[in-house]
Amino acid sequence: MRKTVDRTVVLLCVAATGLILAMLAVIVANVVRNGTARLTWEFLTAAPEQGMTAGGIYPAIYGTVLSVLIMSAAAVPFGVVVAIYFAEYARTSSRSYRWTRMAINNLAGVPSIVFGLFGLGFFIQSIGGAFDRALYGGQLVLGQPSILWASMTMAVMTLPVVIITVEETLRAVPREYREASLALGATRLQTVARVTLPQAWSGVMTGAILAVSRGAGEVAPVLFTGVAYFLPLLPTRANDQFMQLGYHIFVLSTQSTDVEATKPLLYSTVLVLLVLTFCLNITAIVIRNRMRRWATR
Amino acid sequence: MKEALPIPGVLKPSTGPSGRPLPGGEGVNPKSTLRSLRRRRIADRLAEKLIFLFALIATTVIFLIFIYVVREALPLLWETSEGASIAGAFRPPYAWQPVSTSPRYSVIPLIVGTFKVTVIAMLIATPLALAAALYTAEFAPFRLREWIKPAIELLAGIPSVVIGFFCLIVLASWMQTALGLDFRLNALTAGLGLSLAIIPIIFTVSEDALTAVPRHYREASLALGASKTQTALRVVFPAAMPGVGAAMILGFGRAVGETMIVLMVSGNASILSLDPTLPVRTLAATIAAELGEVVFGGGHYRMLFFIGALLFVITSVLNWVGDRYNRRLRLKLFGSE
Repeated sequence: MRKTVDRTVVLLCVAATGLILAMLAVIVANVVRNGTARLTWEFLTAAPEQGMTAGGIYPAIYGTVLSVLIMSAAAVPFGVVVAIYFAEYARTSSRSYRWTRMAINNLAGVPSIVFGLFGLGFFIQSIGGAFDRALYGGQLVLGQPSILWASMTMAVMTLPVVIITVEETLRAVPREYREASLALGATRLQTVARVTLPQAWSGVMTGAILAVSRGAGEVAPVLFTGVAYFLPLLPTRANDQFMQLGYHIFVLSTQSTDVEATKPLLYSTVLVLLVLTFCLNITAIVIRNRMRRWATR
Repeated sequence: MKEALPIPGVLKPSTGPSGRPLPGGEGVNPKSTLRSLRRRRIADRLAEKLIFLFALIATTVIFLIFIYVVREALPLLWETSEGASIAGAFRPPYAWQPVSTSPRYSVIPLIVGTFKVTVIAMLIATPLALAAALYTAEFAPFRLREWIKPAIELLAGIPSVVIGFFCLIVLASWMQTALGLDFRLNALTAGLGLSLAIIPIIFTVSEDALTAVPRHYREASLALGASKTQTALRVVFPAAMPGVGAAMILGFGRAVGETMIVLMVSGNASILSLDPTLPVRTLAATIAAELGEVVFGGGHYRMLFFIGALLFVITSVLNWVGDRYNRRLRLKLFGSE
């Protein structure tokens, strides 16, 4: 009797695990099967044509990559410095540290659409608007949705990811390393720059990759801060709008007039985004697992 | 920190930890060594100030997020602008009809819709994720475990717009034919899609909690003659309970704020009803769907920012409670945080 109950419990747990993995497999298989047919070199390098039923998605890939690069340029150095402050300088017992830490943890759980609202209110209306009044005599230049403000919004959104990951790895660096360095006469800054940070390099990489992966896939924060459905030209200036893979998928699947005609292209676009985020995530997982093995050795 | 005068013997090693030569090797006169030490100390202090400044800016931005979202909604507190006010948002008639000759801005149908979808997603995700976490932490062979965890992390890495796309193009039709539903896009389908987004969170947090339970808990139970399953269900699971609670709360918070999946799959009709087969409109999806078409500074615009502030507060409270549960778990298992 007891054995039967035991076995049933384990079986149910196996079934649940299997079901979750099966859902993942079904999504991936469905996208791969329907997406590979139209996935040609031309698809990746050409602009959309004939109301998105022909041509490629080059501008969307370009916009996604460019916005993510601008985002990383802002979020990664900033996040690393803040993490260094938390792990190396701040007194962990102080109230201000605990409050700030809690706020950052909380920020990681704030819905991405709220960041979109923030980007619109803060970057576009306040900062952009202020620049326009000061530099361009009230002309609308920076006070409108653009790739710069969209990337900045994503940077604020991904900042907690970078801070949390980097701080965790910095804390994993054994104390003795710092003590040895300080004992040799190195200053605190030298210790951080030449001893602690190089040891935590994998954490910085993981944080950056996770941030990029999140930034590449999120649509909600850029909806009102700079993304556009179709643009004839690639963005060249900071105040240009841009096309993005995720938004392209959203618009094509919800607002297309002829779903059947756009479906093959839509599937290929999804495949491109999925491959992009999977590659990033797998790299992050591999780096992190290596790091853990190294830490427990 | 006061630095001692350089003693030649201390500075003897000519290379630092990174292999670069340290200042003050052999054949350097003590005066220039002193100068370089002083310069280093100034650089060190400057760097510390700079690093502190960065941390301060980051913290400020966090508080700015709340301030800027609330700021746009604030005038609604004391004035009614184009039929929109915060008091009116919770009073009857319970209807969200922003685009009509006499617009109505009641957030009640949106809140009910949000919780309807979230509860459906939780009902699907919680048993699955908890059972999978229990299997991975307690029963699975080590080798298999090393595959399950990254696989579920990959599921977490799927952009929500891709999940939304899959549910819209494939799953919605399957569900409609399988269950014979009147509407292709409804709360049930949206909840199912949403569960895909929150399963990884519930799984990861609760799996972490289960593996954090010390080995001697299990050993004591097994030594008393309990089976592996009994140990898992009656010893390890209860011991990890605060962590499991945290997992569910964090999953709930994520589901409340998730935008793209519900925007694409829920049908977006603001109907005040608990029927899971009807289309539904959530708080987050309302912002995403409507903010693009509103007049800046108008009543509708302010109302959407009010919804944003509401979402911020709801998810913040949930995160905070989840965090506390996690802390309680560590307190319970290890006696310290």
